[in-house]
Parts: sequence; C-alpha cells; structure tokens
Amino acid sequence: MAAATANRIAGRFGPYGGRYVPETLVAALDELEHAYAEAQADPDFHLKLDSLLRDYAGRPTPLYFASRLTESLGGAKIYLKREDLLHTGAHKINNCLGQALLAVRMGKKRIIAETGAGQHGVATATVCALFGLDCVVYMGEEDMRRQELNVYRMRMLGAEVRPVSSGSRTLKDAINEAMRDWVTNVRTTHYLLGSVLGAHPYPTMVRDFHRVIGREARQQILEKENRLPTAIIACVGGGSNAIGAFYEFIPDKEVRLIGVEAGGRGSALGEHAARFSGGSPGVLQGTYSYVLQDENGQIALTHSVSAGLDYASIGPEHAALHDSVRAEYTSATDAQALDATLRLARTEGIIPALESAHAVAECIRIAPTLNPRDILLVNISGRGDKDMGILARELSLSGA
Amino acid sequence: MPIRFASKPGLPPHRTKSGCAGGPGLVAYITVGDPDLATTHNIARAAIDAGADVLELGVPFSDPLADGPVIQRASERALRNGTRLHDVLALAAGLRIERPGAGLIIFTYYNPVLRFGLENFCAAAEQAGVDGVLVTDMIVEEAAEYLDALHRHRLAPIFLAAPTSPDARLERIAAVSQGFVYAISRTGITGAQESLTADAEQLVRRLRRFTNLPIAVGFGISSPEHFAAVGEFADAAVVGSALVATIEQAGPKDAPSSVARFIQGLRGGIREPAVPAR
Repeated sequence: MAAATANRIAGRFGPYGGRYVPETLVAALDELEHAYAEAQADPDFHLKLDSLLRDYAGRPTPLYFASRLTESLGGAKIYLKREDLLHTGAHKINNCLGQALLAVRMGKKRIIAETGAGQHGVATATVCALFGLDCVVYMGEEDMRRQELNVYRMRMLGAEVRPVSSGSRTLKDAINEAMRDWVTNVRTTHYLLGSVLGAHPYPTMVRDFHRVIGREARQQILEKENRLPTAIIACVGGGSNAIGAFYEFIPDKEVRLIGVEAGGRGSALGEHAARFSGGSPGVLQGTYSYVLQDENGQIALTHSVSAGLDYASIGPEHAALHDSVRAEYTSATDAQALDATLRLARTEGIIPALESAHAVAECIRIAPTLNPRDILLVNISGRGDKDMGILARELSLSGA
Repeated sequence: MPIRFASKPGLPPHRTKSGCAGGPGLVAYITVGDPDLATTHNIARAAIDAGADVLELGVPFSDPLADGPVIQRASERALRNGTRLHDVLALAAGLRIERPGAGLIIFTYYNPVLRFGLENFCAAAEQAGVDGVLVTDMIVEEAAEYLDALHRHRLAPIFLAAPTSPDARLERIAAVSQGFVYAISRTGITGAQESLTADAEQLVRRLRRFTNLPIAVGFGISSPEHFAAVGEFADAAVVGSALVATIEQAGPKDAPSSVARFIQGLRGGIREPAVPAR
C-alpha cells in the first residue's frame, strides 16, 4: 500500500497509523507527543493519575462472574469486566483524566472534544469541571437526538455542546468539526480526542491510558481462576475499550482477542459500521487504517443503533492486529445487540450500553459452542442509562 | 512547467522589488464539479483569461476537515453531481490544451488519491499535463513514497507552510517543494476574513531564509486590499473561498463572468488582465 513504506514517524502499527493532518497541527502534535513522553517518565504524573483513577473514577473495576448468564448459555464461564461502574458510566474517564493532566502540564486552558454516544463528551466535561478548564464538545445532531441524556449531563457540567449538522450528523462529522476548531485555536487549545484514532500520538497515548483495563483484568482472572481466559471480547468503534482490554494479553498467544463491530441493519455500504468486512485501507481524519469508502475514495455513511460504534474507520492498531490475525473481528447486528441488552438485564441485573451489548451478543453466540473449562471475559465498557430512550422504543417498554 | 507568475518575470521572483511589478501573482482555487463540470470548465478558462497565473483544481472530498463552510458546501454540491478524480484530471487535460500558459495544480485530500492509486494518479496527472499537486493532509514526514511518485512523473510537490511551523520544519518543507511554497496566512480553516494578520508576513519572512521558490500566501484573501497587501511581502496570493462564494452566489450561467470580474477587481487598478475575459 502507498503509505506502507513512509515509515518515518513513530506511531505506526505495521503500515497503519501515522500522521495525515494539515501542516498547522503538526507543531501541536509534536508538543503533545513531547509532553506525553515527559509525563510518562515523571513519577509524579503517575502518582496523580493513579490516585485520580482510584479515588475519583473508582478503579479498580470489578471482574464479576456472571453465573446466571453462564448457566443460561450452558457453555463457557463468563466474566464481566465492569467498566460500566466507573464514574461517568464508561471507560472513557480513564483517558480523559490522563489527557486533562497533560493539558494542565502544557498550560492549555481550553479543551475541545468530539463525542458520538456522549460518553466521551460527558467524561471530558467532567474532567474539565474537575480541573477548571473551558470545555467545548462537538456532537452530531443525530447523536444529540438519540443520546439526549448525555447532552443534558454535559451542559450540567458546564460544557458547551455544539451541534454538528454536516454529513450524517454523527461521530465522523463531529471529529471534522473538532479538527476545524483545533486548527483555528491550536495555540491555546488541547484536543482531547476520545478514541485510539487520529494522528500520532493519539492512538498510542489513548491506548496507554486504557491499558489499565486489561492489566487489572489479567490479574483478577488469575486470582479467581488461576489461569488465563479463552477469549477477551470487546466492542470496537474507534476501539479504545477494546485495545485497553486486549493490550496486556497480546503476548499471551493462547488468549483469543475478539473485537465486535457494529453490523447495523444490513451488509450494504451505509447500513453498518463493520470496517473489516466492508472497508479497505485509506486515510481518514489523520490516520491510515481500514475505512468504509466508495470506489472514488469518498467516505461512506454508516449506521448503528449504537452511536459509539457508528464510525467509518477504526483505530490503526486494530488494523494491524487484524492483518496479523492476532485479533479476530466480527460483528453483531442492531437486533442482536438489543437482544443481548435485554438478556443481560434480565439474567444479571446489568443494563449495558448498546455499544457494550455488541460484545455481549458475541459472547451469547459463542459461549454455548465452548465447554465449561473455557472462560470468556467480556468488557462491559459502559452502562445503558443513556440508551433508555432507544431501548424503551425498540423493546416496546411502557412508561408512565 | 508553467508555474510562473506573470507579474514576477525572472525567477527568483522575490528579488523583484515587490509591489512594483503589477501586484502579486494570482493562484485561483475552484472546486471542480461545482456547480457542474461544464460550468467549472468555463469558470477555469474565465479565471485564466482574467489574470490567474495558476489554477488549483480542487477535488471534492466527503470530509474536508481543513475547509470552512464555503468550500464544504461546494464539495457537497460537486459530490452530489458525481464528480470524481477522473473528471478533475480530464478537465486539466482540456485546459492544458486550451490555455497552455496557465499553471495547473491538483488540490486534494489524500484518500481519493490513495484509492485511485498513487502511481496511477501521478501517471494520469502527468499525462493530463498537470504541473503540480497539493495534498492538504500530507506532511513532509509522511511523504517519502509520495515524493518519489511525483518526481517520477515530473509533478511539482507543493506543500503548505503554517504560522505554527517552526523554522526546522519550514526548512524541510522548502527543501522538498517545487513550483512554489504555499504559506497559510493564519491558523485556521479556509475562508474569508476581515483583515490579514501579522502571521502571514512573519511566516513569509521566515520562509525566505530557506527558499528561492516563489511564495504564495493563502487562506482568507478576499479583497483587492488583501491582494495588494500580500503583494508587499509575497510573490503570489491564493484566492479560494472568495471565488467559490462568488460561484455559489452567481449560479451556473453567470459564474464564469462573475469570477472574471472578481479577479479583475482584485487586480484593481494594479494591472489590466493579460487576456480580456470573454
């Protein structure tokens, strides 16, 4: 591929990743890369971050044995990594705390972010309140409509939520708008990107802030079972929760890593967000990875019932894990995700986010095919409170 | 390779006393396929005849994250018409024959080029008689293979230089650029602005230390005053969003003559157009 040999910049995962941005942003990316490297070497940074993760965000999150779900599926033992129990309701807070500390170190007083499902927007608004930073969150109008509760939460926290009306009015369009803001206000503003996407150093840095998920999970499963799981299952939009859950297990070749993309409502381009089955390598929003696009290189529209998975590209490290076959990628449809949400709610009393429900759906599909010695570890990346409007409609729940 | 600025004969142009040779050169950006391909063709000829030295033929892209609302809307209209990179190259081939003296640049985001195939694209651009290529989201560190392909096909790589680029980057940008260097007048996306910031002049002054190539200043240039001001310190001015807005307001029938008038107006009293507009 064209980008494969231009391997001069750190932040390549095989041929994927890199830095494809307007020149105006390069100095800021260099500054961020430098600040991040300095912070990593600074014990004080780690002390601060660890203390916030513990006392503010609620880490470590439990690894919970889902006995009723296990029993009802009649196969592998199922453990749930409960990122949904974190403050703000999803794993996103891990990265936001880390980047907010970096922004403070860099002396940036204004934070911008994009959000799809609103979980990253809420986590960003939260850390901005915590650190006294100005906060602007870009969100597609379609996502504002379907994740309205999170819009209220961001505004409650003092963030300005700016509606984005271009394109499909979802996550991709929100990122475009955030990039336009950043290129304009780059001298004073930190772009708190919410997934393992975008130009270097974001995919590496955001991954590192989420590695704690897999680090804890690995230790917890060894304590409980004294062995590693058969497979880790996580949903993949941009891929931050998945890479966080996978990363510590990559050297453990016997552990299957399974990423679940949004299968949407059909296999035609525009009806899903399954980048590996429907996409091909390309450059979108700063990085070289698999992209859903037409034959002219125009980015395709996407669909998913879950706003957080509704995106045309995927983190470049996932692209490399896919090509090397170290990780497997599959998809779950809207209907399967909705069924999985209901099933987890009724068997375990846990309502997962619709994003995380895609991982649960894959677990439901494969658990019965495995035997009781097998262990499935499912990352419940977020909780479903934000989705109650969609769930009420889709599952015909009656209200007052 | 006709990337020449008529008002600045005899390179290196910055040695020409600025401001006294008929104002700066003019680089005109248009989004190809807006409002439709036939009209773009007429607009392009009109722009050249009215005094544009170099045309940037913009490839419409679904996610133009470096562009303001005016060029975003133009890209959307062009894509609704089904405009493809093929069409942009075909237009360039036509213009090369009809207006042999004009500089022709393909202005694009990277993904349409990648999808077309970098080598295929460069071969087709050379075949069409294109002079240079500017990829908005291509930076020098990522450009090894890109530069190889452009060199093989005798296409000038044109890079952006930004007010935020430190000197070390400007030096690298200058070293790999051909034709001219495009200096961005301010941090931000494309689009008109009230006045030029001091950023532009400072950037051009810094760039001068590293290159003898002409320096064109773009982003936000929309009036005869801006145009004349750029002439005081740079070799050429790039006019984009202001032209695209003129096209948007004029409609298909009147767009070519409106563009010609706009370009003549930029020149103001400075210079008569080289060839009268039709």
